Amino acid sequence: MRIGESVLRPDGPAKARGDFVYSSDLRVDGMLWGATVRSPHPYARIVSIDTMEAGAMPGVKAVLTHQDVPGRNLYGLEIEDQPVLASEVVRYWGEAVALVAAEHPEQARRAAEKLRVEYEVLQPVTDPDYALTSDAPRLHPDGNITRRVKIRHGEADPTADIVVKGEYEIGMQDQAPLGPESGLAIPDGEGGVDLHIATQWLHIDQKQLAGVLGLPPEKVRLTMAGIGGAFGAREDLSMQAHACMLALKTGRPVKISYSRTESFVGHVHRHPGRLIYEHGANRDGRLVYVKARILLDGGAYASSSTAVIANASCFAAGPYRCPNANIDGMVVYTNNPPCGAMRGFGSVQNCYAHEAQMDKLAEALGMDPVELRMRNALETGDEMITGQVIDGPVPVAELLRRVLSMPLPASGEFSGRAGRVLDGLVPQGEGGDVELTSRPGGVSNATHGESVVRGVGYAVGFKNIGYSEGFDDYSTARVRLSVADGRPRVEVHTASAEVGQGLVTVQAQIAATEIGVTDVVVLNADTRVGSSGSSSASRQTYITGGAVKAASEAVRERVLELAQSELRAASGLRIENDAVVDAVGNQVIALATLLGDAVIDETREFRPRRTHHLDPETGQANAHMQYAFAAHRAVVDVDTELGLIKVVELATAQDVGKAINPIAVQGQLEGGAAQGLGLAVMEEIQVKDGVIRNASFTDYLLPTILDMPPVRMDILELGDPNSPYGLKGVGEPPTISSGPAIVAAIRAATGREITRVPVRPHDLTL
Amino acid sequence: MRVSTTVNGTPHVADDVWEGESLLYLLRERFALFGSKNACEQGECGSCSVYLDGTLVCACLVLGGQANGREIVTIEGLDGAKVQQAFVVAGAVQCGFCTPGLVVAAHDLLNRVPNPTDAQIREALAGNICRCTGYAKIIDAVRLAAGSA
Repeated sequence: MRIGESVLRPDGPAKARGDFVYSSDLRVDGMLWGATVRSPHPYARIVSIDTMEAGAMPGVKAVLTHQDVPGRNLYGLEIEDQPVLASEVVRYWGEAVALVAAEHPEQARRAAEKLRVEYEVLQPVTDPDYALTSDAPRLHPDGNITRRVKIRHGEADPTADIVVKGEYEIGMQDQAPLGPESGLAIPDGEGGVDLHIATQWLHIDQKQLAGVLGLPPEKVRLTMAGIGGAFGAREDLSMQAHACMLALKTGRPVKISYSRTESFVGHVHRHPGRLIYEHGANRDGRLVYVKARILLDGGAYASSSTAVIANASCFAAGPYRCPNANIDGMVVYTNNPPCGAMRGFGSVQNCYAHEAQMDKLAEALGMDPVELRMRNALETGDEMITGQVIDGPVPVAELLRRVLSMPLPASGEFSGRAGRVLDGLVPQGEGGDVELTSRPGGVSNATHGESVVRGVGYAVGFKNIGYSEGFDDYSTARVRLSVADGRPRVEVHTASAEVGQGLVTVQAQIAATEIGVTDVVVLNADTRVGSSGSSSASRQTYITGGAVKAASEAVRERVLELAQSELRAASGLRIENDAVVDAVGNQVIALATLLGDAVIDETREFRPRRTHHLDPETGQANAHMQYAFAAHRAVVDVDTELGLIKVVELATAQDVGKAINPIAVQGQLEGGAAQGLGLAVMEEIQVKDGVIRNASFTDYLLPTILDMPPVRMDILELGDPNSPYGLKGVGEPPTISSGPAIVAAIRAATGREITRVPVRPHDLTL
Repeated sequence: MRVSTTVNGTPHVADDVWEGESLLYLLRERFALFGSKNACEQGECGSCSVYLDGTLVCACLVLGGQANGREIVTIEGLDGAKVQQAFVVAGAVQCGFCTPGLVVAAHDLLNRVPNPTDAQIREALAGNICRCTGYAKIIDAVRLAAGSA
């Protein structure tokens, strides 16, 4: 149960038995079902809304429009620009326009179809470059540029011996958490509401809901319901305000649970991007400069776009020493689906570009691509392109060395580490047998090895941990020690979201380690305790872990004070295995005896070191609190006739500082790599004229167990001197460099210049 | 429409079933058996895997009316302790939304093939999507459950 031990999830058995209650499983007697009327147009003026027919449908208890929003009809994580229900104009396909509550979910859906909305259809802005022009309609009052980030570092006009240029395009990825957006709002009969909800941050939901409902925060109480994955998709409001409005209007509990298709329009996505790069280097391979123009399509509303573009810009050069940089990052409004947070948060898009550029540079220099990376690898004490001097362990070269030295999969002959095999070879299955499923095309039986070439590719990436640019990052933990059934018991209470990552074990491990008590229970999260910030930015083990550590230390100190005063004992007491022990480990008193009926209850906030805003003209600042690094190697087979891909193996090395729960850390590295693989070779929300064409799991392809290869892992624990226990955030780095390594391997196998992800069959055959 | 069915060995009756209701809706909203999950409701993710007269099916693809007179076994009634324990111990559970469906599918595999190869595990579970784990620990779990037979 202590930190550093692999601890099994306390919620695991219930989840495996089907007993765990997710937000879509909530139910209470007398509840209604809510349905959402959504815009069929990406851009249109609302002329009129007629609710008569919908309201007369069987079972219908309420039909609400923008006129029924009790408070301010605008919300947003960073910019309040999004209406709860559209009033004058709809800005994306699927934007919420009206709500229905009915006795049966099908009644609600059918009534929603009867709502009459007259639209004046407008020409949508669907190209982010066009959105920048003066011809484009202004989609929001301040224009179409949501944020521009300029980074100017070093010389204005550096020159270099070798110059390589490239343009890259990144498709729109969906987080696709399996649990749909869902929740249950219960009116309290006194004008307030209790919302049971699966969210990444209870308190930011509460703050936004109080605004749109026109209620003081204490009248909007949130309780965490079971979360079926998140990955960024649950940072923004989806059905929260809608369910609360319907519940307050009808006086009855209201449940809303999205279908998968509705989920695709009910949350933001990973920004698609266009990235134009130029790298300059000396003949010895040392980087002289990086110039980049990064354009992200933020879609109709801002969500967290302003922070995503900051990341995309700050880390545009990759984890390399680069004395001169000129980066222009822009995120714009369009009438495409809104984009915001997804695992990797701006560092994913640019990693595809900077790693492709490094390979291109290596080829131009005639240098090994890994050697080139190691020669330029950031080290402790180096200055980043933002001017920040990077401290703590910066093992970029070491991570590359480690993935390089891992054994390659058994079969295949390689002409060097990034080489290619041009003659056909038959890959071997994991068990040594040739299996159809191990070949490109799988059981489609597309090849028996003919036209299959293998490539090996490398990539390294990094990103910030925690909030950046001066945002007040903190978490709150309450830790309570009492005696239950004759044994000491610790309860840990925070508002943090257990999204599947394993925060529930981390909190318990920290409390058990600090207090020396074996029975630790992590209470369900709710807004009765202070904010813990979001489960995002790979920050919770650091920040909420830090808060639990601080509160646990405070409890421990009080126990030891009590022991010393009660027993007039010497100093040097500790708590171990439910007992107070002396300096040599002999029991002084059992904790249960010492405490009796006493309860020790401490609440603490934890804040990491402060960060600062990027200078608007130069982008120079100590904008980030901690950096985390990972490297990947990919081995990929490509059927060059059909353009089919089989990722044979992924290997990764990552510094996690301190693995609090090693089995959970492994799960993050494997699962994060799978999401990286998805964007590299299959996952894309296809948007045409502002309309999503594949809003289902039939048409949006997610990696299955047949697509995802084994992951070799080397987990380093180098210890960050600034963080609790030396830990680093773990969750996002696996999703950053895994995809770029796969694309590098495809390039190595085929010799093609791949400039777009996901890589499609026709990118490899036409 | 009235639907009479046996779920986990117990007779269940639902009245006024709308013709379009799926077996998944019946299980979840009428019988309060929420272990079968509603992730895609299109037969792509396997999160609602159940046995229908002994055959592994996606409950979302079976109409409620089709369950009339049939025997259903859901995650709640599965004799799956060995598989369930293996998933927990192997670290194959993260958010857990896919887990009940994967447990039922793995249970079905191990009934048919007591000691599956990795390729057989991958093929049998190819209809179950997990977004959290990257599947490695799911394969570990099935190996573990097979080994503990």
